[in-house]
Amino acid sequence: MNAVPLTHIILLSTALFFTGMYGLLTRRNMITMLMSVELILNSVNINFVAFNKYLYPKQLEGVFFTVFIIAIAAAEAAVAIAIIINLYRTHQSIDVEDASELKY
Amino acid sequence: MSASVIIFYCIAACILAAAVLSVTTTRIFRSAIWLLFCLMGVGALYFWMDLQFIAAVQIIVYVGGIVVLIIFSIFLTQQSGKKMPAPPGGRGLYALLATLFGLGLTASLIYQHHFAAVEAPGAFTADVAQVGEQMLSTTEHGYVLPFEVVSVLLLAAMIGCIVIAMKEPVNKKDKPELK
Repeated sequence: MNAVPLTHIILLSTALFFTGMYGLLTRRNMITMLMSVELILNSVNINFVAFNKYLYPKQLEGVFFTVFIIAIAAAEAAVAIAIIINLYRTHQSIDVEDASELKY
Repeated sequence: MSASVIIFYCIAACILAAAVLSVTTTRIFRSAIWLLFCLMGVGALYFWMDLQFIAAVQIIVYVGGIVVLIIFSIFLTQQSGKKMPAPPGGRGLYALLATLFGLGLTASLIYQHHFAAVEAPGAFTADVAQVGEQMLSTTEHGYVLPFEVVSVLLLAAMIGCIVIAMKEPVNKKDKPELK
């Protein structure tokens, strides 16, 4: 258990964060962009839990932050999917390049 | 090298492989399924860290809630077998370069920083009774106020979803025009 250094867990969450960032930069479909955002939120949760466990084992602050982040991520995903479905009704597409009324 | 170390690296490899496949595959339904495996891997990582409560919340909310919601919205909005177009021009290359640069920079910063060693790192316990007591306590380290705020936020988000996704109400007096 303690043989794995904290650095390796942080590196795992960093790699997960930048994987999500790559998806956010390359994908143009709103649902896949939402999936990338979920990956990024998960990497942040791993960070909170790892710091709590390795650096401050007497407290539970990181665990609470993780629980609240999961709750807010659920709310965010629900609102985003409602917006996506409404956008699909009006535009027949969920590509971000097609939703450009406010761009110019 | 003990078994727990090997298990950690296996979980890490599974998470990263599923995440990379989820952001690179061209079919949207496969992307959602790889995301499912990635989130289950993160849940396994929480189990590995002896955090059963967080692992259960992760499995219930992410795997049981968000991924199912995403799969439903895929079915509602597009043909799931269709291939998505590749990113135009050199966008994929530039995004890859930017993320690799960011990853290298962050990794070098992590390696140079020496985290303060804790005297007894094995003493960490977070069982459900402890978490529940501290979450609903009103003393100094209690979390009852954020708990209530999050519950109000979830209610607001639920009402907001219903309002956003609701169809325009048809006026009952006029005849509905078929478009």
